[in-house]
Amino acid sequence: MQWQLNRNQPSGARTLAIPIRLGALFRMGTRQSEALTGYLFISPWIVGFLVFTLGPFAATVVLSFMEWNLIQAPEFVGLENYIQLLNDPLFWQSLKVTTVYAMGRVPLGIIVGIAAAMLLNQPIKFVGLWRVIYYMPVVLPPVAVSLLWMWIFNPDYGILNGILWTVFGFRGVAWLQDEFWVLPSLMMMAIWAMLGRNMIIYLSGLQSIARELYEAAEIDGAGAWSKFITITIPMLTPIIFFNLVMGLMDSFKLFTQAFVMTGGGPRYASLFYVYYLYQHAFQRFHMGYASAMAWVFFLIIMAFTLLIFRSSRAWVYYEGTLKGK
Amino acid sequence: MVNTSATHKPFSLSRFIVRVLTYLTLAAIAFVILIPFAWTISTALKTPRQALMYPPEWIPNPVVWENFISAWTAKPFDVFYRNSLLVAGLSIVGQMLSCSLVAYAFARLRFPGRDVLFLIVLSTMMIPFQVLIIPRFVLFKNLGWLNTLLPLIIPRFFGGAFNTFLLRQFFMTIPLELDDAAKIDGCNHWDIFWRIILPLSKPALGAVMVFEFLDNWDDFLGPLIYISSEKNYTVALGLNAFRNDYFMEWNLFMAAAAVAMAVPLVIFFIAQKYFIQGIALTGAGGLKQ
Repeated sequence: MQWQLNRNQPSGARTLAIPIRLGALFRMGTRQSEALTGYLFISPWIVGFLVFTLGPFAATVVLSFMEWNLIQAPEFVGLENYIQLLNDPLFWQSLKVTTVYAMGRVPLGIIVGIAAAMLLNQPIKFVGLWRVIYYMPVVLPPVAVSLLWMWIFNPDYGILNGILWTVFGFRGVAWLQDEFWVLPSLMMMAIWAMLGRNMIIYLSGLQSIARELYEAAEIDGAGAWSKFITITIPMLTPIIFFNLVMGLMDSFKLFTQAFVMTGGGPRYASLFYVYYLYQHAFQRFHMGYASAMAWVFFLIIMAFTLLIFRSSRAWVYYEGTLKGK
Repeated sequence: MVNTSATHKPFSLSRFIVRVLTYLTLAAIAFVILIPFAWTISTALKTPRQALMYPPEWIPNPVVWENFISAWTAKPFDVFYRNSLLVAGLSIVGQMLSCSLVAYAFARLRFPGRDVLFLIVLSTMMIPFQVLIIPRFVLFKNLGWLNTLLPLIIPRFFGGAFNTFLLRQFFMTIPLELDDAAKIDGCNHWDIFWRIILPLSKPALGAVMVFEFLDNWDDFLGPLIYISSEKNYTVALGLNAFRNDYFMEWNLFMAAAAVAMAVPLVIFFIAQKYFIQGIALTGAGGLKQ
């Protein structure tokens, strides 16, 4: 077997055996040398965390109190950036756009995901095939998907208006160029792109629900709908909860679609938060202002997550935990 | 046919209707999912004239395979693909090495502060890259790495929350008796990690490979910020530039997009079992972002 090792074989890892020998050198106990090995093994992460996460994170906070265009020396301006932010109508617009989008996309994604998972959780043929088809859009690069959907939404030559006209006799709207329709269009596209991902998550949740629960309910005379409401949904709440947090995060991180497809337009109707941040940071080089935006972005995500976590105690059911005071 | 009458329930009309409706719905969703793919391919094979017809037609006539060549040469896509593959390949190596080491320590070693540190690893998943882009940009600017592929590659050699978590979850399922047996044979932790845990973790490492590949292939904001000259573009940047530099050549745009989509699709088809493994381990539907 693989793990029965030949001790005569030369060790290919002499350098990394050092902590163990160091341990012997300094007369450490096995406990201490194990700890030393542990720290050595996680050292790549520690360095990465300090340099690429914690450092930049702290720098964002510091920079948010500065004015800096990358050329001149940064200048301390106190709360100036934050005051400007509160008085910036486009900042509020970007918050509004992002929130409206999230409020449409996240619940829709959950509903469609559960529906698709329930369909696939039945005794049907070709489960693998359906699963693969539904999951295909998930792996595609967002830029290519954005190009494709721009072309689908094209008011004159796109297939969406083409189908609406030839099949239903409707004249379609100008989707991405329409102030009202731009967000619903992007939601539609997002549902297409992420259906498979949600479906897979809920499917694994459905499959872990014990059959006995349904059988017991059937003996009690429960119909399909009441089984769904009293068993399926409560048992899925941990996953719905996870989906809610991640969906919110995804909505707030949205960038590529705004950059490639709409440029934030028409008339700021798709000015997503990160896209607006990007404009300040990398088109106008308002590094301090953009840092304040980044920091506010983080606070919003935290606040929402905390809110969902808090409220989840009331509605998320974890198997094996007792509810009560 | 096999006689199944023993298990066969008597024919019921309502059950039959439910089954028909189930398959119809499944097919309808599949149809909606597949239409955009069909539309991509259909457009990619049309003449520019036929691509800009109202109402649109589905069947390309004539079929213009040369569109793929024209799109490929309209921009140096060979360079973009080479860059993207280089970034993805090196990132995979970096993540597999660093995350598996870190995950081993969190799964197998006892050291003070371990659980707190692991909690920090997990909580970094809650800090979106977008919050950190400005300082990271400044950092790479000062290092002189802007307009190179380094900012996309080097950080991947220093661990990452998602893959570390995935690998740790898998390592926890490997029985500790194997470690003990190896210790009796005189192995140290590096030997156990390298010769026992890693060879047994191929499914999890496979999942890391596919997720990491897709994560790189799909990234747009990172390359957009760090890279400015065309010779260092990734495929995602190249596609975007292609559309900006041309005007209404939708048949060519779709040809280029089709190729960029085909690469991850092929990987998905080949590596399906690793996807399912990774999803089962992390509870996430695949893909970090």
